Amino acid sequence: MNQLGFPILTLLIALPLLTGVLCLFTSASTARWLALGATVADFLLGILLWTSYDVGGAQWQFVESVPLFGRFAWALGIDGIALMLIELSVFLMPICILASWDSIEKRVPEYMAAFLLMESLMIGVFAAQDLFLFYLFFEAGLIPMYLIIGIWGGANRIYASYKFFLYTLLGSVLMLIAMLWMARQAGTTDIPTLMAYDFPVQAQTWLFLAFFASFAVKMPMWPVHTWLPDAHVQAPTAGSVILAGVLLKMGGYGFIRFSLPMFPEASSTLVWLVFGLSMVAVVYTSLVALVQNDMKKLIAYSSVAHMAFVTIGLFAFNRQGIEGGLMVMLAHGLVSGALFLCVGVVYDRMHTREIDRYGGLSNNMPKYALLFMFFTMASVGLPGTANFVGEFLSLVGAYGANSWVAAVATTGIILGAAYMLYLYRRIAFGEARTTEAAKMLDLRPREILCLVPIALATLWMGVYPESFLAPMRADVGTLLARVERARPQSDAQLAMGKAPALPAAAAHGEAH
Amino acid sequence: MMSGSLLLTLPEVILSVGALLLLMIAAFAGDRATQLISALAVLLLAAAGVSLFGPAGSGGSAFGGLYVADSFAAFAKLLIYGAAIVSIILAHGYFERAGALRAEYPILLLLSSVGMGMMVSATDLLTLYVGLELQSLSAYVLASFMRRDLRSAEAGLKYFVLGALASGILLYGISLLYGFTGTTLFSGVASAASDGLSTGELFGVVFVLAGLAFKISAVPFHMWTPDVYEGAPTPVTAFFASAPKVAAMGLLVRVAIDAMGPAGTSWQQIVIFSALASTILGGVAAIGQSNMKRLLAYSSINNVGFALFGLAAGSADGVAATMTYMAVYIVMTLGSFLCVLQMRDAAGNQVETIASLSGLSRTRPGLAAAFAIFMFSLAGIPPLFGFWPKFLVFDALVAVGLWPLAMIGIATSVIGAYYYLKIVKTMYFDEPEAAYAPMESKVEGGLIALSALAVSPLGYLAIPFLAATSMAAAKALF
Repeated sequence: MNQLGFPILTLLIALPLLTGVLCLFTSASTARWLALGATVADFLLGILLWTSYDVGGAQWQFVESVPLFGRFAWALGIDGIALMLIELSVFLMPICILASWDSIEKRVPEYMAAFLLMESLMIGVFAAQDLFLFYLFFEAGLIPMYLIIGIWGGANRIYASYKFFLYTLLGSVLMLIAMLWMARQAGTTDIPTLMAYDFPVQAQTWLFLAFFASFAVKMPMWPVHTWLPDAHVQAPTAGSVILAGVLLKMGGYGFIRFSLPMFPEASSTLVWLVFGLSMVAVVYTSLVALVQNDMKKLIAYSSVAHMAFVTIGLFAFNRQGIEGGLMVMLAHGLVSGALFLCVGVVYDRMHTREIDRYGGLSNNMPKYALLFMFFTMASVGLPGTANFVGEFLSLVGAYGANSWVAAVATTGIILGAAYMLYLYRRIAFGEARTTEAAKMLDLRPREILCLVPIALATLWMGVYPESFLAPMRADVGTLLARVERARPQSDAQLAMGKAPALPAAAAHGEAH
Repeated sequence: MMSGSLLLTLPEVILSVGALLLLMIAAFAGDRATQLISALAVLLLAAAGVSLFGPAGSGGSAFGGLYVADSFAAFAKLLIYGAAIVSIILAHGYFERAGALRAEYPILLLLSSVGMGMMVSATDLLTLYVGLELQSLSAYVLASFMRRDLRSAEAGLKYFVLGALASGILLYGISLLYGFTGTTLFSGVASAASDGLSTGELFGVVFVLAGLAFKISAVPFHMWTPDVYEGAPTPVTAFFASAPKVAAMGLLVRVAIDAMGPAGTSWQQIVIFSALASTILGGVAAIGQSNMKRLLAYSSINNVGFALFGLAAGSADGVAATMTYMAVYIVMTLGSFLCVLQMRDAAGNQVETIASLSGLSRTRPGLAAAFAIFMFSLAGIPPLFGFWPKFLVFDALVAVGLWPLAMIGIATSVIGAYYYLKIVKTMYFDEPEAAYAPMESKVEGGLIALSALAVSPLGYLAIPFLAATSMAAAKALF
């Protein structure tokens, strides 16, 4: 079976699911404890998964496959990339539950059930080894997120929930048709087999575009990102954390699991599309973030900009770029999640996200100001934090592919520093603009418990990224070997230098 | 020979004789015996269903090729009888509250079921017509069953007039086909069509398809559906939306493949147009509805469009997908109507507005959850089981190379998703309205729970079984 002797991936998926169903039939406080228990248990299982993952071992580990559904199978299995994303999910979930402990007052059992269902589906997406099983998990996530935004969201939640649902649904249905075609063509729904299958080059373009429609919306890439600011602003804090922390990563995961290995030629010919959209996203959404008055909206736009680093890195077709893209995904999952938590902390006290209502928080909330500053710096990409590693590698990779892309993307780093520092100044420094802001109390122990683990993880990832890169290294290598044949030519070609005619040698020659 | 043929038509024999006997009981005992008659009708339908596992399920041709007992007919009949049983059970409480408990209701359903059984077993254009008329005439009476209710009477009249028109069109098509091919047998029509269609035969095909499109309420012959669904008593609407849809779809599939199979390209474009138009119109027109029953009417138009995509593929895969679609569809639609039946204000009066569902998730969490499952499932959102039949029809299209059609078709499902989401939004996001009256019947509650479980992700475990049976059914036609 696997090195543990029990189906750990199924257990990871089933545990939150069953607890979620149980939550529906209990009281509010029981539901909270049940949800916390299940997510912590899943986190512990996640640690077990990581420690027993054999780095440098087989490409696919913990493989399970039961042909349960006739046309497709309950097939699970992970490589290093999926492992890291599962770790991210199980790490963030208990924090989400803690963050919602007091701030969610109505319909707690349903809320906890929706979150636990979400966790099952996220893990399922990353662990699925069957094309259609992946699609089921991928799409099913819409339902709990729709309910989370719509029931527990802000004032304009209904519009945001519709937009989120229909936008992502429209993107994904085209992917389904492409999957049907692929399964017919290749005669299998097994993802590892499909990753090595060579589709006709002509068809690859269409398939790539169909998958792109789905992943670009999920990612989100400019110009199909507009659902994200709405969804983030209206979602409850924990909803935003999961949305930014994990759901957006499904787009990047899709690129790396499907688009690149299955359609290498199309990825190569359409790389201009990905680069072009990413370049616009980096500059445009950063500028938009600069002028936001709503804290959550600002961070949402910054997410779009950061995700553009992921796509730039992944499509650089070299090791630095792909590893960088993956690291940005993980780092952004932690940092943007933490930033949304920081917004949630003050939102719980003042019930507004308008930046102009705050100010001077470093006076009355020193601990908060410290942690918030740490995450601001991390988001900017300060060396020593997680984002630096990812963005640096991603840019190095991009430079290897196309120096113009790298140049434009680098402006995003500067703009990123501008809008984050500007945000921090307006919130934490100066004098409080309202009396309520001046009276706010500092972090409670529960909130510290939410933020500090993320800060430690961010530091760990920034100081010793090897722990995270090591499991993924072999898989990136496999991917590189797969796409090598289609790698687009870099615009920075090393030209062999012409040796100047050496007078001494010439003279020497003549002498003979 | 004759007795052999009778054995093959055993389900119809059981239902016809049983219906006549029950009619006698009703005539002498009156409406007091309704409960007994309902129970006996359910038993008769169950017996007819069991008889399908004998020679009546796979015995082959009967009455000189007028009627066939094959696995396709058996599959469709099982769905039809199941839907009819549920329609009888769910009607009891409704008519009791309305003071209109009448013994004729289950008997009319039985007669209608006989007609539907003949429809799916017909291998002759006249058997087809007789079955269709038997089903339709019972349906007209059922639509106006609440005879003192103006809306119900109007629905019955409208259904009758438009239905008669459609029957006329169908009969005209049959007469054209007979005139130009010299036979009414499906096999005869097929061999005449194998060397290409003459103009007269083409007209015949078009008229027959138009008449049948009316019965499955596919665009552009759907106009009667919202009015009839809204006006008819809710249990009758539930029945209309389930069993006759399966029967008419089964009939259409058999006519298209068996009788017109060689002329596939001629009817394929008609089916493609009708399918696309149904999914689009069913999706767009439903958006503005404020009445739940009207909305479900448009939902049925929308879903029939998706089922037609399977037929448009014209392959055994496609037919199997269409039949699977109908099987899952009747569970979802009966479940939805069971929920609609629970929409009663405190005084016990039936309410039908969507707005009255506001905040149902807080006043009746279980009912709201079931309703939401049906809505998401009808919209075809995974992991609910309503996704699976949509998957199959599009898979059938892709398999025969019609992937551009599949792309357009699946994009139209997003339009439909909008109004199903609207129901979920009303139940879950809006502030509660006055609560509904509590559920009276354990049976109805159990049926809701059962159908909700069937279309929940647990339904995926049934895929191997559904695939085997629907494929066996489809193979009977090829």
